[in-house]
Amino acid sequence: MHWNELARPGADAVDYQKVVFDYERRADQDAATPARRPVAIVGAGPVGLALAIDLAQRGVPVVVLDNDSTLSAGSRAICFAKRTLEIFDRLGCGDRVAGKGVSWNTGKVFFRDQQVYSFDLLPETGHARPAFVNLQQYYVEGYLAERAAALPLVDVRWRNTVSGAEQHDDHVMLTIDTPDGPYRLAADYVAACDGARSTLRRLLGLESRGRTFKDRFLIADVRMRHEAPAERWFWFDPEFHRNQSVLLHRQPDGVWRIDFQLGWDADPEEEKRPERILPRVRALLAHSAMKDVDFELEWASVYTFSCLRMDSFRHGRVLFAGDAAHGVSPFGARGANSGVQDADNLAWKLAAVLHGHAPDALLETYAREREFAADENIRHSTRATDFITPKSSISRVFRDAVLELAKSHPFARTLVNSGRLSTPATLHGSSLNSPDVDAFRGAMAPGAPAADAPVTLPDGTPSWLLSQLGAGFTVLVAGVVPDVLKDVDGHGLDVRLLGVGTDIGDPSGLLAQRYDLRPGSTVLLRPDQHVCARWRAADAARVNGAIRRALALH
Amino acid sequence: MHLNTAPNLESPDDFYEALIDAHRELSTQASEALNARLVLLLANHIGSQRVLLEALDAARGTVR
Repeated sequence: MHWNELARPGADAVDYQKVVFDYERRADQDAATPARRPVAIVGAGPVGLALAIDLAQRGVPVVVLDNDSTLSAGSRAICFAKRTLEIFDRLGCGDRVAGKGVSWNTGKVFFRDQQVYSFDLLPETGHARPAFVNLQQYYVEGYLAERAAALPLVDVRWRNTVSGAEQHDDHVMLTIDTPDGPYRLAADYVAACDGARSTLRRLLGLESRGRTFKDRFLIADVRMRHEAPAERWFWFDPEFHRNQSVLLHRQPDGVWRIDFQLGWDADPEEEKRPERILPRVRALLAHSAMKDVDFELEWASVYTFSCLRMDSFRHGRVLFAGDAAHGVSPFGARGANSGVQDADNLAWKLAAVLHGHAPDALLETYAREREFAADENIRHSTRATDFITPKSSISRVFRDAVLELAKSHPFARTLVNSGRLSTPATLHGSSLNSPDVDAFRGAMAPGAPAADAPVTLPDGTPSWLLSQLGAGFTVLVAGVVPDVLKDVDGHGLDVRLLGVGTDIGDPSGLLAQRYDLRPGSTVLLRPDQHVCARWRAADAARVNGAIRRALALH
Repeated sequence: MHLNTAPNLESPDDFYEALIDAHRELSTQASEALNARLVLLLANHIGSQRVLLEALDAARGTVR
């Protein structure tokens, strides 16, 4: 289909797994000298599309180049965290993702033939979005694609394969292969969102380094006609799959994700055959309340994984994001979620630099902040992997001891690690933060992603804090916003002033509690909804200084 | 708080006897599992990350 048809009303009927986009010839391919664009994004996956939408919303035209002509093949990433949903809200597709996704709170952990314990995620109340939803990646990409197709500043070019990238002082020259032959395109900046086997990374002779795990896993997505509560079940060393782990998780449309650890010696081609998969699924179901349920195999994949990252996410005018920049194990759902956070961090900075509001140095902070976040994700994901698949006999002994003790001792349950589910990094130590000069309690320190809270609008309508934040900076003041803050300089970015208790109500007191507000307390939020400064009392000089700092203007 | 390596056991000989008795008639594998459970229970009782790291160092023999 034509890309633009996606945006028309009623496109709901699109089968995102089957849709094939037309290759469309562009005028750039006939240009005598290469056309010049502010941003070229390589890769139209969840990260590239999120970045494209964010940039377009900030007034930056983008060209998105994808070597393929389809959305995600198979369900792939299925767990989307609250922070990702909040970013999708900003991008205009949070309701669709949250509406279609399955929410879950209960997790059960089994060891051999016994349930060790069950846990409730006990999500904190007073947030617009749940801790997680499960949703097939093709839906997420479909919703992002439909949003992108509705934005005139987004130009997605399917079957455009980047085959060359030359760095120059003020641009990158890309060579792009198409069914009509190659053409060249100059871009001020290139965002490489082209996945774990990034073409851009290879073309620039760069590497992503780390630890590869010698293990193989089988994903079997099965469709079952069975109404069961949406729960996450994790087995360590179950009777039906000895010495390995198994994960069961529900997706929409009656599809269940089953993830079997297979060991390094498994033959990936052999294990992908339905004759091999179906008995494994039947054996699992026989050990659950779902025995004898009819099912059909929807999608299967055998994978290995590595925990790795590039030394630097920025090389000249090329910025790497998502799996191209870093890789994690699937335990903890930190792949797609952290990639979307990369896009969230990069978009406002690229826009500010391209609009001339901030120096190029702001883009360095994209690299530093997201490298820091990638290290945190890799640390969590490596720890989960070491617990799930112990690498030595003593590691296995301790793992099994933890699981044994967890049956009767709550303390041991804190050590059970079947994936610490993705939460966004607090960017401690970022050069964009203004360090605290006043005493504050709580998690909303400079660098923290803004916590949501229920609020009321002046007419009494209930709303959420995050939906009230501006596209530029937001100054949150407990009480009346002082007149002296009305002339705060956003250096070209909007500055929204929000008085808590005046412009927005805080009926539950959760906003004041989460941000540790007292009358006069002032919190400065960046365009990507991270806290960057806070004071017990603010004057214009302090806020102006913190905004300059957050734009790398000093 | 630091790891206390000064004599602290209420009844050293009784503790040592109980420790060895706990392993009586266990296979090496079962003993290893018991030790692992014991380490985890005691670690939780101690709680302090600093004390636990000092204990790990002391056990590895890197403390002089």
